Amino acid sequence: MAPAPADSTVLQIRSSDDVVLIRQQVRARAAEAGLGLVDQTKIITAASELARNTLDYGGGGTMAMTMVNDGLRRGIRLVFDDKGPGIADIQQALRDGYTTGNGLGLGLGGAKRLCNEFAIESTVGVGTRITIARWK
Amino acid sequence: MDRIPILKLGRALLVTIQVDMHDRLATALEDDLTNQIVKHGAHGVLIDISALEIVDSFIGRTLDTIAAVSRVLDAETVVVGMRPAVAITLVELGLSLAGVKTALNVERGMALLRQRDDQPEQEDGASAG
Repeated sequence: MAPAPADSTVLQIRSSDDVVLIRQQVRARAAEAGLGLVDQTKIITAASELARNTLDYGGGGTMAMTMVNDGLRRGIRLVFDDKGPGIADIQQALRDGYTTGNGLGLGLGGAKRLCNEFAIESTVGVGTRITIARWK
Repeated sequence: MDRIPILKLGRALLVTIQVDMHDRLATALEDDLTNQIVKHGAHGVLIDISALEIVDSFIGRTLDTIAAVSRVLDAETVVVGMRPAVAITLVELGLSLAGVKTALNVERGMALLRQRDDQPEQEDGASAG
């Protein structure tokens, strides 16, 4: 998997305190990107879900945060990486209510609904990368 | 470890969440509230989340669990003060908080609990007709 772009901020995800820290950092960046209150709330909530997944299922990892600009609009892109067991069946993992842990099974599907862009790359035994973006 | 304070207000308990809740804090609140309900024989629990900027599935599940445990202990839980952006996000996330009563603010939440206290026996009676 390619390394994160040079202008991104990389945060560690190793404990539930890091999940809180990620929410705060994403909030600051999303506000900076000019996202409205509802959009900010959506991307922060999605980040919280994915950071917790990285912690609970991936055994910890990182989140890289980048401001994006396609010429017309600005936004924020978040990349979650872990070196955990990977996801064997992505379609199944995205289904609401499906969980291999003790959560509600809303994390992945829910996070997808809260974002404008959502992509999963996962290799069993190697790790998982989830990329999300929210545009203004 | 820090904890969220629980205030006694008549026959109800009032919890105002003023910090960004990390997971252990949410779990501690669940335990503390359960103990306080029994200790005070509380009939209601009001949880004010107006300071919360997000509610994710973990916090949502904690609120659901608190409501379920309270019910078993004969106390009603009302979550009050949810921000509009949080409500929109929560529904899109897929959480409906079906087991939790909600009210716009603390005042209305208290009114809801008082209503229940005024007519404690009529709720499960045969009301059809």
